[in-house]
Amino acid sequence: MTGTGRLIRLVLRRDRVLLPLWVLVFGLLPVAYYASFEGLFKTEAERLQYASVSVDNAGFVALYGLLKGDSLAALTTWRAGFVPVMIGLAALLTVVRHTRADEEAGRTELVGATVVGWHAQLAAALLTTSAAALAIGLLTFAGMASRTGDLDGSLAFGAELAVSGLMFAAVGAITAQLTSSARSARSLAVVALGVSYTLRVGGDIAALGDGGPSWLSWLSPLGWVTHIFPYEATNWWPVVLSVLCTAAATVVAVELRKRRDVGDGIFATRLGPADGTMGSPLALAWRMHRSLLVGWTVGLSLLGVIFGGVGGSVVELASESRRMNDLFTRLGGGSDQLVNSYFAGIAAIVGLVASCYAVQAALRLRDEETTGHAETMLSTAVSRWAWAASHLLFSVLGPAVALLAEGVVTALVSPDGSFGAIVGAVLVQLPAIWVLTGVTVVLFGLLPRWSPAAWAGPALCLLILLVGSTLQLDQWFLDLSPFTHIPHLPGGEVAATPIVTLLAVAAVLAAAGLLGLRRRNIPD
Amino acid sequence: MTEAIDAEGLIKRFGKVTALDGLDLRVRTGEVHGFLGPNGAGKTTTIRILLGLMRHDGGAVRLLGGNPWSQATQLHRRLAYVPGDVTLWPNLTGGEVIDLLGRLRGGLDPVRKRELLERFELDPRKKGRTYSKGNRQKVALVAALASDVELLILDEPTSGLDPLMEEVFRELILAEKRRGDRTVLLSSHLLAEVEALCDRLTIIRDGRAVETGTLADMRHLTRTSIEADLTGPPDRLATLAGVHDLRIDNGKVRFEVDGDALEPALRSLLEVGVRGLVSRPPTLEELFLRQYQRVGE
Repeated sequence: MTGTGRLIRLVLRRDRVLLPLWVLVFGLLPVAYYASFEGLFKTEAERLQYASVSVDNAGFVALYGLLKGDSLAALTTWRAGFVPVMIGLAALLTVVRHTRADEEAGRTELVGATVVGWHAQLAAALLTTSAAALAIGLLTFAGMASRTGDLDGSLAFGAELAVSGLMFAAVGAITAQLTSSARSARSLAVVALGVSYTLRVGGDIAALGDGGPSWLSWLSPLGWVTHIFPYEATNWWPVVLSVLCTAAATVVAVELRKRRDVGDGIFATRLGPADGTMGSPLALAWRMHRSLLVGWTVGLSLLGVIFGGVGGSVVELASESRRMNDLFTRLGGGSDQLVNSYFAGIAAIVGLVASCYAVQAALRLRDEETTGHAETMLSTAVSRWAWAASHLLFSVLGPAVALLAEGVVTALVSPDGSFGAIVGAVLVQLPAIWVLTGVTVVLFGLLPRWSPAAWAGPALCLLILLVGSTLQLDQWFLDLSPFTHIPHLPGGEVAATPIVTLLAVAAVLAAAGLLGLRRRNIPD
Repeated sequence: MTEAIDAEGLIKRFGKVTALDGLDLRVRTGEVHGFLGPNGAGKTTTIRILLGLMRHDGGAVRLLGGNPWSQATQLHRRLAYVPGDVTLWPNLTGGEVIDLLGRLRGGLDPVRKRELLERFELDPRKKGRTYSKGNRQKVALVAALASDVELLILDEPTSGLDPLMEEVFRELILAEKRRGDRTVLLSSHLLAEVEALCDRLTIIRDGRAVETGTLADMRHLTRTSIEADLTGPPDRLATLAGVHDLRIDNGKVRFEVDGDALEPALRSLLEVGVRGLVSRPPTLEELFLRQYQRVGE
């Protein structure tokens, strides 16, 4: 453990922008939700009605978890039900970044040759990330306690967010020991997070009905933390369970670390073919993108199973629940309208998820450049254009394949909605996704060092989707997201103008980026 | 066409930093040309301009008779490049990378590939991420040497190789030289390597060529060390221009002499009477250091 302190300072120095950023955003989000609810509900009756409609809305339950209670604070904790997923993601990425990624890049060896103990690197990464998670918990506690005056409830709420970070930091620590590549370590940890989320959704949806497998939630760390229910029936057991789980996972990570050498993974790398069959940039791009494509397609299809399954219960609920029937009748439609708005809503979410894939695939170009692979490729008879196109093909068509899979699965699983309408609603998101691909290409071509800023695209769109309507923001701000301009299908009007405009914007952005790439230094 | 590479007055700026400041580089077709300079002198930048990866801000450059920037793709069919810091795709095997690069250059000789793998004792079945620096370099070298190309551009190709493998590399380049159908630009800071392999060399410093020519040409311009055992006192020697560091000790003299003063200096020794004589040509190290000191002054 010698040298852990110095390594922590190194971690803080390297993450001096990113770490405080996500701590602040996630730590302040709950108070922001609280404030927005306060503004939203003018009377108590309005709030109670919102709660009673939400409590058995399967779509909401899938996204945020089960709702217990109808106080402002209880609604806030429920509305923040997706925040543990985001904190978990940030935590596991941070841990992998400061362990396996460093090791793969050879920096661990450099540091390891100085006076630094065997476990210092892992300890530094885990301690820093855990401290960040605790800081999120503290911010939440402080903010919510000052708003609600309920110390116990706020403490439980803070603990909910903090332990989410702790657990997935430990998960990242384990996967970082398994493979010798940081990318695989990240993917494995994200898969663990995804499985955890899926189990939570399955269990919670089942809990809405009778006799379903609601115990599924208890197999998932994300299920535990969303079953704390602060401010209402505060249940501290999940917190205890989470802390124990974190401790156990940390022990596992440390034990695994002892059993391997620097640079190696627990899973040994096997020998491959002595001769290659690839002979074009596209063949190479396929090799590099195929697991990404399969991963996203399978992931989105799983999401399709959930959303399709939920679709069924939406209609069932609508016919059973007079309240909801009344609500939607007042809004100007019957149960058809309900089903339509549900599928339109999930299509927007799925589109946003797929846009992350588009950005990730396009950013492979920058990865290839910074690793020096681009220099090797472009010193052969491959033009810059062919090289860029080989990767961008996956940014453009990859999301289309993944979305199609999601749409088809949703339509097959769901007993309601027409097949064409559900699939169409999902595919109509593509122009907006391609705009984000275009933004990435522009950055890569004209401001290559700023390429990672392309992630701001999906992040901003997510922000607009999550808080835009709740906070009643100005229309120009909502218009920043290309998804705002996508027709709301099924049910909405199909207009060609916004779609053609988005396609044109995407094409212009991509063309500008590629022209910039043609003219600039490589590497830059 | 007699010149594979012809660069004149190349200028390259990165923001306020001038990386190349009027660099001249001429490589004749069929020769092995050493490209010598310390780290940061601009060797890699020059090579990147030659490969059309970077655009120059001033001067003129022709590569294999073409424009390296606008005709990059066509020209790259005729050359192979080994970067100084070889990075491989982590999940591709060495063999896959060799075949891929060979095909992208427009052809690879499979028999030659086997031969080279054996010479370099490289296992092509390992994944890119498991190779050491030296082995990554071997992968790039095999891909380059097995490709059917006219020009090899090698950027410090032996910096990660062990001495045994360095020797293998030298033998291979010497074999290329004997066949004489390939031009090699060999960037290096290993003087012994350049001395052993190169017909001509260019020494660069701070983005400028400070010396270019054959090793013999350069030696002529620099000092030779002489040790002589004389029968009498060498009175006239001390007054000769071009004689430096003269030390006389009991009938033995030691001095260094400029290339153009060698003849008068030897004549003056003969006038006195010579019992024994040792002359040592300047090593490339001395040459190199002298070039830098001179420009540094």
